[in-house]
Amino acid sequence: MTEFLQHLLNTLVLGGTYALLGIGLTLIFGIMNVVNFTHGALYTVGAYVMYLAVTALGLGFFAALPTAILGGLLLGAILDLVLLRPLRGADMDTTMLVMIGAGIVLQSGTLWLFGGVAKSIPTPFPDAPLQLGPVSVSWLRLFVLGAALALIGLNYWLINRTRLGLAMRATFQDHDTASLMGVNVRLIYTATFAIGSSLAAAAGALLGPVYVVFPQMGGMAELKAFAIVILGGLGNITGAAIGGFILALAEELGAGYISSGYRDAMGFLIIIAVLIFKPTGLFAKAERIG
Amino acid sequence: MTRSHTIPALTLAFVLSAGVAHAQAIRIGVNEPLTGPFAASGTYVVNGARIAADEINAKGGVLGKKLELVVEDNKSNPTEAAAVAEKLITSDKTPVLMGAWGSSLTLAVMPKLADYETAMLVETSSSGKITTSGNPYVFRISPPSALEAEAFAPMVEKLGLKKVDFLAINNDWGRGAAADFGKMLKGKGVTVGLVETMDQGAQDMSAQLSKLKGSDADTLLITAAVDQLTLLFKQMAALGLKKRIITTGGSQNPDQIIAQAGAAAEGTMHLTTFLPWYPEKTPNPAATAYFIGEWKKRGFEFAGVTESFRGYDGIRAIAAAIEKGGAADAASIKKGFWSVDFTGLNGQIRFAKAGPAGSESGQSKPDVYLVKIDCGKVMVPEL
Repeated sequence: MTEFLQHLLNTLVLGGTYALLGIGLTLIFGIMNVVNFTHGALYTVGAYVMYLAVTALGLGFFAALPTAILGGLLLGAILDLVLLRPLRGADMDTTMLVMIGAGIVLQSGTLWLFGGVAKSIPTPFPDAPLQLGPVSVSWLRLFVLGAALALIGLNYWLINRTRLGLAMRATFQDHDTASLMGVNVRLIYTATFAIGSSLAAAAGALLGPVYVVFPQMGGMAELKAFAIVILGGLGNITGAAIGGFILALAEELGAGYISSGYRDAMGFLIIIAVLIFKPTGLFAKAERIG
Repeated sequence: MTRSHTIPALTLAFVLSAGVAHAQAIRIGVNEPLTGPFAASGTYVVNGARIAADEINAKGGVLGKKLELVVEDNKSNPTEAAAVAEKLITSDKTPVLMGAWGSSLTLAVMPKLADYETAMLVETSSSGKITTSGNPYVFRISPPSALEAEAFAPMVEKLGLKKVDFLAINNDWGRGAAADFGKMLKGKGVTVGLVETMDQGAQDMSAQLSKLKGSDADTLLITAAVDQLTLLFKQMAALGLKKRIITTGGSQNPDQIIAQAGAAAEGTMHLTTFLPWYPEKTPNPAATAYFIGEWKKRGFEFAGVTESFRGYDGIRAIAAAIEKGGAADAASIKKGFWSVDFTGLNGQIRFAKAGPAGSESGQSKPDVYLVKIDCGKVMVPEL
């Protein structure tokens, strides 16, 4: 029982960051129809900005986090302006190939700048864990969960309660009509890509101190983000949030009770099942055809 | 002669002389992970190898020729490792290789060695399969898991092990170590409990650790490289997992663990094949002192020497094989390996036959030490 409780607690902590990754990707995919292969690289960049801000700039842990998120926002905006804006209206496959290329450039760039040796980000949290009865969790992970939930909440508010969010949702539903209603669709695209990228960077900046930072860290994160998006339904933000927690639960329980060697496979087994039985995702509303 | 003629003539002379120097050097292919999960370790090994090559070249080289290392990155990926080996042998024409750090990487390279009849010195890998699968082009200076387990056997009773769980990286190295140590421990009457694995790139092992925390074993034997060990110790501390920890495989790099895992690494024990903290206790104190001095002089972190000494010894063993073989072609060097006999940084380097008769691989038998992290320092526990 204790073991089960510990698995549940682990799920909660891991699920928060998975949800962040998923929401960022589903925003971009749902609103812009871009298969974003730079998402993993943005995750890596977020972690490296965090590392630089804490070590080289000496900003302190809590100031470094918004710096990393801002870095992701900025890089996302640049990527959109330089690569995606000229390709607006181009074939989906074309943009996908460009994004794959951009992802490789970003990953190799971090390797070139920082080298292949993993970096560790120092944190102000105590080493001793917080004991909750029979289970325990590190303070750092608890902070990561809190920050992830806060960011998810902030995005929910942004999308559902602000004019920008309204414009984003309108563009998502029908960008031609939104454009006719006076929505600056070009600006919405840039804002969406920047916000989605900043969420990936936030996930990287939060998980960087928990794990270690290295140039290839984004690869698995990106695969998992795609899995979460498929799980929750393309473009479904609530679905992506819940999907993140489901993926974390599947990994935890799969590794704990079935086989730890297949931990990363568990999530993908679920994806295969979802694609076979409910290909629009677990939380997709009935689709209107025509 | 006018000026316009002088410059092309000089250029030609320069190109020719460079070509001659190039032809005179003996090229050694170095196939190591410089990127990917094993990047840190692979880079250390290459830096150690460079110290050996420079030292040998400063003393006049081998057979009157300089050594030239051709270093390639196998990206911690077996497919890449095989491709790199092929490139080194066919395109760079290296008559001998060193590599490929990880067992899965080395195993992927081995068929290429047989195809091109080129010998490789294996400096780090510890899967038993490497020297028992009948590949006569493999010469290994690191201990296979079975040898490591055998060296650990006398310590089992002194440590008072009763029940042991395993956590191993899910590849040939980790699974091989769990099997070999498990066999040895069962033979000593120790109960073997859970055997958990983790992906080589995995960063979150909380699920495995939560399960291991619930077990009644007194000791956890871990096989993983330094980056993953650092994460494991931190995550163990977070979960409140308190058991005796012993790591195997010789790629733990205790100093990096102390630096990155801090208090979480306190009390952990590690089976290593080199004692740089106590040069006077190593088999060849003078060589150890020279190597560590040179390492520091080049500005590398001391933490790297537990990994880089293998690159240093590896290149020295290759140089000895070239010397003994009498010529710098692949066949002579392979023959030369069987006559190598010198004191390396971690014991006598001398290859004994291992594997099926008729196509034996070479296996050297290094020393194995148990060290403990105590008050943020590496010490040798009294047993």
